[in-house]
Amino acid sequence: MRDLMRWGAAAFAALGFASLASGNALAAEPVRIGAFLAVTGPASFLGEPEKKTLEMYVDRLNKQGGVQGRKIELTVYDDGGAPDKAATFAKRLIQSDNVDIIIGGTTTGTSMAAIKIVEPAGVPFISLAGGIDIIEPVKKWVFKTPHTDRMAAEKVFADLHKRGLTKVALISENAGFGKSGHDQSLKVAGNYGIEIVADEVYSPKDPDVTAQLTKIKNTPGVQAIFNFGFGQGPAIVTKNTKQLGITQPLYQSHGVASKDYIRLSGDAADGVRLPAAGLVIADQLAATDPQKPVVSAFKADYETAFKSEVSTFAGHAYDGLQIALSAIMRAGSSDKAKVRDEIEKTSGYVGTGGIVSMSPTDHMGLNLSAFHMVEIVKGDWKMVD
Amino acid sequence: MAELLQYLFAGLTSGAIYALAGLGFAIIYNASHVINFAQGEFIMIGGMTTATLAAAGVPVPLAALAAMAVTMLVGVALEKFAIEPARDSDVVTIIIITIGASIFLRGAAQVVWDKEFHALAPFSGETPIRVLGATLMPQSLWVVGVAMAMIAGLWWFFNRTLFGKAMLATSFNRLAAQLMGIGVKKVLLVSFALSAALGAVGGIVVTPIAFTNYEAGIMLGLKGFSAAVLGGLGNGMGAVVGGLIVGIAEALGAGYVSSAYKDAIAFVIILVVLFFMPNGLFGKKGVDRV
Repeated sequence: MRDLMRWGAAAFAALGFASLASGNALAAEPVRIGAFLAVTGPASFLGEPEKKTLEMYVDRLNKQGGVQGRKIELTVYDDGGAPDKAATFAKRLIQSDNVDIIIGGTTTGTSMAAIKIVEPAGVPFISLAGGIDIIEPVKKWVFKTPHTDRMAAEKVFADLHKRGLTKVALISENAGFGKSGHDQSLKVAGNYGIEIVADEVYSPKDPDVTAQLTKIKNTPGVQAIFNFGFGQGPAIVTKNTKQLGITQPLYQSHGVASKDYIRLSGDAADGVRLPAAGLVIADQLAATDPQKPVVSAFKADYETAFKSEVSTFAGHAYDGLQIALSAIMRAGSSDKAKVRDEIEKTSGYVGTGGIVSMSPTDHMGLNLSAFHMVEIVKGDWKMVD
Repeated sequence: MAELLQYLFAGLTSGAIYALAGLGFAIIYNASHVINFAQGEFIMIGGMTTATLAAAGVPVPLAALAAMAVTMLVGVALEKFAIEPARDSDVVTIIIITIGASIFLRGAAQVVWDKEFHALAPFSGETPIRVLGATLMPQSLWVVGVAMAMIAGLWWFFNRTLFGKAMLATSFNRLAAQLMGIGVKKVLLVSFALSAALGAVGGIVVTPIAFTNYEAGIMLGLKGFSAAVLGGLGNGMGAVVGGLIVGIAEALGAGYVSSAYKDAIAFVIILVVLFFMPNGLFGKKGVDRV
């Protein structure tokens, strides 16, 4: 209840002036937000929390009078993680639902497919996927909220560099997230003086990766192992590493920054390091950290509403919605071109993923400080820096 | 030497899992010449039920029994409501029905459970067994042991029990079997119940190694099917040998060639074997009357 009031007060302060100015709430056209998310299918564990988050906050805002006296109308389609469906839904959102802005694209594949539709149509689009290709090169109408896989790799390599470990064995999933992470890791390793001495892959559903790890174990000079993937793969890598008695430190990507990974890997996860957003370690952030109040409030909201652990993916959707709505407020209308310009001017927005300051050359607006290096100690996260 | 042994152990672990999945195809194939593509989902339901019950504090043996019962019920319901109404159709039609059933069961599992992965504690602890510098998890031995026990059980059932023989008779000639007084309807029903139970057992022993979620049946079904085809459909021993060949080929491929090509290597072996032995390693030559 207290959180609700705090939220209410904040929203009121933000919306107050605008709603007074625009006056008659009933006559105004609603703000139309469209979303296409992978609510079902292999990426559903990302898409489902995203959908729940959008619905919860839109509902809450509407109860408080909407944005500038205009109700918010949210249309969510389930693309099942399929790029062709995502493109169809993006088209439908633009042509028949007449949305003012699109949030979504749970995966890099679906986001890239939708870009082909939104760019010519000229509709602001905030993607919730990680791939760096979405915003690089910069596309006029396209923005994104999550950290990129390149940032995760950089954070890991920076930590390795600090520990004086330079010879790294890379083991990654040979599809989607892991593959993209693998490519980015190879690209940035040199910048941190890291040499990749072994490069192994596994399929997303392999029940055992000891063969690949044995090869890494027998590669001379390996000082650390870095695993890029999500789902059960990283947990199996972690367990197999322990089984083989490999003593070099194991690093994971931000893809496994959830309690699920610890639960699946059990004791084997002890000592594993990974980059994670502030949301994951909300209670450990310093009281002076500007993200602390934001992530704590969001975590409490989400966990009381859905009785399940908050995930960073839900946070990406929250950030996307906040960035979109504040841009609409600043623009004073939902005129697409004005809203686009305002999103690009987003500066110092404190979100669940970090502090976002966009620019005409940076449509994500996050830097490495958005990640914290965490170590798993006795089945819980411990912030390292 | 230790390296080769470790690759073989890795292959044994995955291979035994594929073998266990492959075994489940045998019974229904023997009873009806239908390849049940919902077999992977039986494995998933067995694993998911056990994992959820165990997480809720039920002792694992009890949870395993309950999971077998639940999966058998699902198998029986599948036969009653989806396969039986179509029993006069082609085998191909029934196979397509099982594909539909597998999609349905996957969807239902998302609703009944969730989209998360579930784990189960290994039955005999997590201390790896060391052999000549290589390591093997005790749970892998459980999988191998259970697969062996299943072959023995299947052999006994089909060769030594009246009902098993009736099943084989039905598969050879349905009409003749019926004229001999065999209840062919019951045969199909029992075959689904049995293979569901076998699938559940597979799911229970595999979950501590590979975890389980609503989609786990896809991979297990696919690899199990490859194993069964390689070994000769309907032959229990064949499924096990096929599974081990696929698993060991993958592990050796990942170890000595490149982990990027390990799946391709396994598929090439399957293709080559099927090219020279179209009925699989242990399959009987099929004869069709035209």
